[in-house]
Amino acid sequence: MSQQRKAVALISGGLDSLLAARVMLEQGIHVEGINFFTGFCVEGHTHAIRKQDKSKSKRNNALWSAEQLGIKLHIIDIVEEYKDVLINPKHGYGKNMNPCLDCKIFMVNKAKQWAEENGFDFIITGEVVGQRPMSQRKDTMPVVSRESGADDRLLRPLCAQNLPETLPEKEGWVKRDELFGFSGRNRKPQMALAKKYGFEDYAKPAGGCCFLTDESYSAKLVDLWDARGTREYEMDDIMLLKVGRHIRPAPHYKLIIGREDGENKFLQGYKNNFITFKTMDCPGPLTLLDGVATDKDLELAAQISARFSQGRDKDSVTIEARRTNGDTTTLVVKPMPASEINPEWYV
Amino acid sequence: MPHFELDARRMFCPMPVIRTQDKIKELNIGDTLEVVSTDPGALNDIPAWCRINGHKVIKTRDADDEVFILIEVCDV
Repeated sequence: MSQQRKAVALISGGLDSLLAARVMLEQGIHVEGINFFTGFCVEGHTHAIRKQDKSKSKRNNALWSAEQLGIKLHIIDIVEEYKDVLINPKHGYGKNMNPCLDCKIFMVNKAKQWAEENGFDFIITGEVVGQRPMSQRKDTMPVVSRESGADDRLLRPLCAQNLPETLPEKEGWVKRDELFGFSGRNRKPQMALAKKYGFEDYAKPAGGCCFLTDESYSAKLVDLWDARGTREYEMDDIMLLKVGRHIRPAPHYKLIIGREDGENKFLQGYKNNFITFKTMDCPGPLTLLDGVATDKDLELAAQISARFSQGRDKDSVTIEARRTNGDTTTLVVKPMPASEINPEWYV
Repeated sequence: MPHFELDARRMFCPMPVIRTQDKIKELNIGDTLEVVSTDPGALNDIPAWCRINGHKVIKTRDADDEVFILIEVCDV
């Protein structure tokens, strides 16, 4: 009896990686999934933070995919290592701050290392030629194979027939004629294959599962880097970019203003890291001040914060400003009219 | 059998899952682990991870904006 070959599948939680793994299982390959957490693949975080989203069903799509497939899933924390990919992408950024090609190379390389350490024979992905403008093009897919070091041990079952033979095909571990030749952005072949396999409730992310492809998120990240004069970041930084209104009245400080109770509660957890503002005589947001502030800045920040409170139409609102050492100052301010908030302050 | 606890508060999924996964690697068959998380998504994700990887969820509960998942480490 021939040896059962083992493949590690990059599982994003989307349809393509689900199908690619299923195609391999169909050919008798032992498949286990691997999923990388960069800190930016955070689709569930806003649900977890925002009170208004609490009733929405939550699931991790990579775990869901693995459960559908009946395979193990290994979730790997690459937050620290990923910083270099984001800060210094050899192949540059996409439309926003998404270093898609470097990201894919990095993840395939990590999967290759994992495969070597765990006795797996090859790596599979759900990539399709021509589906993504940066990392899934005819000319860039060989770059991923080469620069990741996976070379011909990287198999893309959904479009393998459009690509040169890989080692698993040459060695007869998998049958090339039972792989696929999908290409382009048309999703109909994948949807038909999903129907054939009985997958119905699969994730349909619009624009991918990475926040770096989001224009608004990318703008906030660039603003953060510019304001600090460095591109270094911590996990808390990239989480805070997902929460609240971000308003920068001056280069040396930014306000993060909670939009609802869930966000206010989340921001409250940072009260020992930032100056915070809360309304005392009417319901209102919790506001963080990121940066350094003079007394005049505190006054302006309090006015802006009051504008987003339920006292916005009052003559004055009482705001407590709390410093990180716990010292508090009470400010009675006139809420800033919406017309006086410079649109350019919104990040 | 030894019982362990994992504080995954103030983390968002998948971090509670990753911490659970890493902690279970250090434990022995039959050990129990209780994970505490402030992310309600953990109530779905950690049991899903356990089902996939062959560990047993003994009990789940939520109270005061925290969720608790009690797991028995199984032979996988």
